[in-house]
Amino acid sequence: MTDREQSTGIAVDSAEVKHARKRYRAERRFRMYGVAAIAAAAGMLALLVISIVATGWTAFYQHSIALDVTFEAKVIDPKGGRDPSVLARADYRKLARASLRKLFPDVKKRGDKRKLYGLLSIGVDQQLAELVAADPSLIGQTRRVEIYASDDVDSFLKGFIDREAPESDRRIKDKEIAWLDKLETDGAITSHLNLRFWTKGDSREPELAGFWGAMVGSFFTLLVTLALSFPVGVLAATYLEEFAPKNRWTDIIEVNINNLAAVPSIVFGLLGLAVFLNFFGLPRSAPLVGGMVLALMTLPTIIIASRSALKAVPPSIREAAFGVGASELQVVTHHVVPLALPGILTGAIIGMARALGETAPLLMIGMVAFIVDIPGSVTDPATVMPVQIYLWADSPERAFVARTSAGVMALLGFLMLMNALAVILRKRFERRW
Amino acid sequence: MLKQVITASAALAFAASAGAVQAREQIRIVGSSTVFPFSTAVAETFGRTTDFKTPVVESTGSGGGLKLFCGGVGVGHPDMTNASRRIKQSEVDLCAANGVTEITEVKIGYDGIALGRSKAGGDLSLTKAQIFLALGKMVPVDGKLVPNPYMMWSQIDASLPATKIEVMGPPPTSGTRDAFVELVMREGAEHFPEIKALKADKNAFRSISDAMREDGAFVETGENDNLIVQKLQANPNAVGIFGFSFLDQNADVIKGSKVEGVEPTFDAIADGEYGVSRSLYFYVKKAHIGVVPGMLEFVEEFVSDKAYGEEGYLTDKGLIPLTEEEREAMTEQATGLVPLKL
Repeated sequence: MTDREQSTGIAVDSAEVKHARKRYRAERRFRMYGVAAIAAAAGMLALLVISIVATGWTAFYQHSIALDVTFEAKVIDPKGGRDPSVLARADYRKLARASLRKLFPDVKKRGDKRKLYGLLSIGVDQQLAELVAADPSLIGQTRRVEIYASDDVDSFLKGFIDREAPESDRRIKDKEIAWLDKLETDGAITSHLNLRFWTKGDSREPELAGFWGAMVGSFFTLLVTLALSFPVGVLAATYLEEFAPKNRWTDIIEVNINNLAAVPSIVFGLLGLAVFLNFFGLPRSAPLVGGMVLALMTLPTIIIASRSALKAVPPSIREAAFGVGASELQVVTHHVVPLALPGILTGAIIGMARALGETAPLLMIGMVAFIVDIPGSVTDPATVMPVQIYLWADSPERAFVARTSAGVMALLGFLMLMNALAVILRKRFERRW
Repeated sequence: MLKQVITASAALAFAASAGAVQAREQIRIVGSSTVFPFSTAVAETFGRTTDFKTPVVESTGSGGGLKLFCGGVGVGHPDMTNASRRIKQSEVDLCAANGVTEITEVKIGYDGIALGRSKAGGDLSLTKAQIFLALGKMVPVDGKLVPNPYMMWSQIDASLPATKIEVMGPPPTSGTRDAFVELVMREGAEHFPEIKALKADKNAFRSISDAMREDGAFVETGENDNLIVQKLQANPNAVGIFGFSFLDQNADVIKGSKVEGVEPTFDAIADGEYGVSRSLYFYVKKAHIGVVPGMLEFVEEFVSDKAYGEEGYLTDKGLIPLTEEEREAMTEQATGLVPLKL
């Protein structure tokens, strides 16, 4: 109701104007709801990402205690044969303890000594054994070695344990704090990137636990899934779309494929247990079986996506190909499928991304397990990334909380990569008509 | 390209059938989620310090583990199973029916079940009878069994705080729940003559003693004890039921309530003074020894002093060790593979 309206003499209160205003208001409201919905979704996502990054980023670095370790020949290799299996089995913990005792000569009581040794990770023997295995000439020498701190010490150094709290409430006691303070002033405490996380398998000690085993397991599992579900899915979709007659049977198949896409994933796990493990006798916990189960799960997704991609290829392409004398097979393999490929690939990648995040069906076939060794083939026992995250989330040690979130970040990273790949493939090969 | 993919899938299927007949190189262990942290710690040490492959440990729950274990003899079946309760006669029968006749039982230690609260909440000291009154579905009031009327702790006993009864605990599939019912609810129920009178008929007694209330005061929180710990921090008046190792790891934020006047501490559980503790076991399939490499060595590692001894690495993980005499006898029994007799 502006001045101009009044000056032009148009009746501003007429029913039409009122109606128009009402419609504009409704539209503005609708837009506002839309913006609010997007904001809510984005806020939720931001909250999730921030909370995961905030708890998980500390898992990417780690503290070590630098000690002058004397690699005594009589402890490591008393016979002097330099036999690798003897070198691997030696009591390296003793060496690390001896150098700790040298630093703190007044620690005499048994309980105190135990606490002192507890500053170092249980994996100290493995760490020193690896050094000696790589370079046996170390034996007899004294070297400064950075030894992983135990998870509690690491948490303390990262500031998760409040030194002002009453002693009984702390997992790091006053004595240990005094020792750590001395080590700190001596410059013996170092922090570095947590490379183990990206290179090792699982461990019960948070400071030693790595995600690599689960990453390799996921790789093998998805490899099997892709090798099975992609060819079968594309063939099924092509046949149903291009060759199959339209009758009651193909209708039933179509309805069932759509139903299968909505079946909860645990059902596929039960199927895998009954068929692949109990009937065919395939090995438990193997990526092969995991991949087969997940292939069953992704198959409907790939078929549905492929069919709609094939449907989107305009009939003129087919008609033109027939027109120049191509056979039905040539039309499909030379023209229709290549043109539909970006859509098919997008569907496959989305299906694979879903399979990557799946744990429920793997529970039934024994892939929810503690596995330290890195799998070397599709029949080796393995676990996958989401299962590793679940296992860490269920562990009592507090330092696993950060590891859990770090694992989530790694998994999200892979999912984003796969989705980005889907977008790139689509952009690259997409044709418009 | 399609042709190559098809060949590859065929090759894969072939590799699969070849893998099935292959002998197994690593030990396979299934069973209780309570024993899982200990079993995995031993498995890891075993893999690191010997030439054998690291055993694969699955967390399937005690019952599920025994079912798999008793499934038969051969590399397709697990070699050992962990249990947070003793094997039942019915399970021994199932084993025997499937050809698993010789089983060795190894008791590895104790686990306390704590009733934990946030440090922000007040102290709580309960008796088993009070816990039964708070959590039972049917409780005696004035000589009659009625649906649980208590909503506040103070209604049960004036000495208890005037806060709402809110208890979080494991679901019935969990071994922790079984043990809690057996050690607390049944013993608590026996304090009441009305219920004790039912004892002539075991089923009638158990239908009262084992039933936990379902009106919201007791909440089943799943098997994840970490979740219970987090919920306790958020709600200082709530009480959570979980294993001692979680109390041990989270001593800065939660504390255990006294049961029958005893606090759940490492020493009190080891002495048997704290009444809510159970034994943890694992079972070994004797037929697999010599077939799957490293089994005897694994058992030896588990029952060595550096593992389940008083200062072994398992106590660092929260296992309450057996007494010295028990340990000596058990080490002998385990390494000698003495068959189980119930």
